[in-house]
Amino acid sequence: MARVVLTTELSRRFTGGKTEIEVDAGSIRHVVRELEEAYPGLGKLIEEAGMIVAIDGELYHDPFLEPVGADSEVCFLPALGGGRSAVR
Amino acid sequence: MASEAKEFKWVGKRTIRPDGIGKVTGRDRFGADFALPGMLVGKVVRSPHAHARIKSINVDKALALPGVKAVVTAADFPVLPSEAQFVGEGPVNMWDLSRNCLARDKVLYDGHAVAAVAAVSSDLADQAVALIEVSYEVLPHVIDVDEAMRPDAPILHEDMFTDGVNPKPTKPSNVAKRVEFIKGKVEDGFEKADVIVERSFTTKPVHQGYIEPHACVVNCGEDGQATVWSSSQGQFMVRAYCAKILGWDISEIRVTPSEIGGGFGGKTLVYLEPVALALSKKSGRPVKMVMTRAEVFRGSGPTSGASMTIKIGATKDGRITAGQALLKYQAGAFGGSPIGPGCMCSFAPYDLENVEVIGYDVVVNRPRVAAYRAPGAPIAHFGVESVVDEIAKKLNIDPIEIRERNAAREGTQTHFGPRFPIIGFVETLKAAKRHPHWKAPLGENQGRGFATGFWFNIGGESSATVNINEDGTAVVATGNPDIGGSRASMAIMAAEVLGIDVDRVRPIVADTSSVGYCFLTGGSRVTFATGMAVVEAGRKTVKELCNRAAKIWEVEPDQVVWEDGFARPASSNVGDFEPLSLAAIAAKSARTGGPIGASTSLNAQGAGAGFAAHICDLEVDKETGKVTVLRYTAVQDVGRAIHPGYVEGQIQGGAAQGIGWALNEEYIYDDKGRLQNPGFLDYRVPVASDLPMIDTVIVEVPNPRHPYGVRGVGEVPICPPMAAVANAIENATGCRMTALPMSPPVLLAAIDGEG
Repeated sequence: MARVVLTTELSRRFTGGKTEIEVDAGSIRHVVRELEEAYPGLGKLIEEAGMIVAIDGELYHDPFLEPVGADSEVCFLPALGGGRSAVR
Repeated sequence: MASEAKEFKWVGKRTIRPDGIGKVTGRDRFGADFALPGMLVGKVVRSPHAHARIKSINVDKALALPGVKAVVTAADFPVLPSEAQFVGEGPVNMWDLSRNCLARDKVLYDGHAVAAVAAVSSDLADQAVALIEVSYEVLPHVIDVDEAMRPDAPILHEDMFTDGVNPKPTKPSNVAKRVEFIKGKVEDGFEKADVIVERSFTTKPVHQGYIEPHACVVNCGEDGQATVWSSSQGQFMVRAYCAKILGWDISEIRVTPSEIGGGFGGKTLVYLEPVALALSKKSGRPVKMVMTRAEVFRGSGPTSGASMTIKIGATKDGRITAGQALLKYQAGAFGGSPIGPGCMCSFAPYDLENVEVIGYDVVVNRPRVAAYRAPGAPIAHFGVESVVDEIAKKLNIDPIEIRERNAAREGTQTHFGPRFPIIGFVETLKAAKRHPHWKAPLGENQGRGFATGFWFNIGGESSATVNINEDGTAVVATGNPDIGGSRASMAIMAAEVLGIDVDRVRPIVADTSSVGYCFLTGGSRVTFATGMAVVEAGRKTVKELCNRAAKIWEVEPDQVVWEDGFARPASSNVGDFEPLSLAAIAAKSARTGGPIGASTSLNAQGAGAGFAAHICDLEVDKETGKVTVLRYTAVQDVGRAIHPGYVEGQIQGGAAQGIGWALNEEYIYDDKGRLQNPGFLDYRVPVASDLPMIDTVIVEVPNPRHPYGVRGVGEVPICPPMAAVANAIENATGCRMTALPMSPPVLLAAIDGEG
């Protein structure tokens, strides 16, 4: 099972404060899908906010098909720029 | 994967720069150097108010002036929804960007563009600007970040409700968003601390200070196709933003990048191009627009100013037990300060158990911020590295030693989530400690400061094409404006792969219709990401060269190997063939299948983080408060330096800009929110005579995700200087400076006990 690490901000909003979640997924596409199923809105936000993904510490920009290992650590980070929320 | 340690023929060599001669002879064409027959001159009407409602705009008198061919206002742009685009250095809200190019309903800062004219001459355009009548209802304004956060502050956007707060506020405010990053429990960490230091700091917005003002020439043809020549950090970025703002298809716009006279992040947005396109469309004529220096200062983005509080606790042995930061960044008129990266970079150099970083993105009546080298990071590092220095002093521990004891390394889990892969922070600290500068004696009124910095560096989408000419020379085409020597690096990497002399490789920056998509030049990404595309295209080309040699020799392709620019039989069993040079194969390309070349488009992943450590010696004139930087050494892990000369130039440039940020640079506003110093005479950037030669030390801990081990280089060198200078001033005077810039009057007041 891959381990997803969320920021406290995301965890407070979507997972009841849980910052580490285990998911059974082989790629980032599947990780996001699993997160959306377990915590509605979280996967959608990750997709739309242009988040950067770190897989085992390496940064990926707009990943989708990138493989995720059974022992991988996946982190979702805010985009590396400023940017007012698109939704107002 | 990074190649094994081996001798490279070109990588790491100081080859002659391909852009050098054009620049020193003045023959290169920058944004303002383009011209077309029948071209009009476009000029902008700008707000004289910091905050005002636009009651009406009357353009009749301007249009009636003979020679005036078009006037545009925001009414000529479609009303865009609030949606993010990811084609710039960070996500940009198009609702905001459109209104930043031409104000709609309200002006939000002194210099905000309100309308634009196109006329047959510069003088007529000036007259037309003066004839446009804008009626304003002046509103209260706010330019300070702390004041903008007060409940009674003038509100810039009545529909701005702070993002990142749950439940979402129902009352509008100037706080665009709140972000937080928490690891462990800082309360527990401070409990364990033997010493705690807490200080508040402020920094001022500073401009990127590029020498070349924003400039473009555009032409909307009768066939509906538009062409743009402009100075920017990304022709594809210009194309995408213009298409979105104008409601056009991307295929209707072709953008050719000019030579660029500096950007540093400030040319990752559009200001003039969509306006010029609208004027050209209306007039049916080409239009040229060039900002004056005053317009650059009043109308284009600086980086954020900030207010922050940093608290750090440590045990007697120098182990940091907790780090806490509250960061408030000015975004300018529209949300979008680099608060996220600022929060993430703040404590990134350290392996800490307990961290809490909270950040606010705050709008104020100043120009919308734009990226500036390592957006957000230098501000946070100024605070954190100042407090780390103070902790070291209280504990009587060497400033480098305390950082070594807490240094992040491979496997360290950051406070923003990921564990670091292979990084070179420890090696960077060791190199600084070994440098003779660190132990050199100091004189009276002199001090030494040390500080570090971190920046992520990024990858992203890039394309490259390698074409072999019929004489065996090669052209490498990429789509990233060259702001830091990327053409030299592309040529070096292509020559290394092809095995030919670097002077037989011609690197070019192609327009949007001539090369595949490239994300912009920014984030210290080009040598890493676009370089990866060049290497891949080169390897494809080599494979094709082997195929052609196989055809000539009538053997199978896998019986041919490529070595040092020659096709050779893989073994003596293949046959007794004389090696074929690249030129020999190219000469026969028509007979073996036609022109030889290859293109690659990719999304480069696995960018390697950058760490820097700077040592600053300075002398303080205690009668005037003037600071003279005497000696400066910048140490940085660059992965591998493809062209060391350019790498050193990037490091020196970042250090120089950081010293300016530390000592002199600031925007000065009057009580009406009008900028008082929009020029280089009054906005003081350091010049050559202000600085010593900046010594550089290149540390190479290769990034395993790049074929040659490249990490980004251009941004992290601006992270340490402000704290390095502040720490040196403290060392020289005993005064802990907490507000930038540390200009002579401010420092003198501190020395005299008035600060």
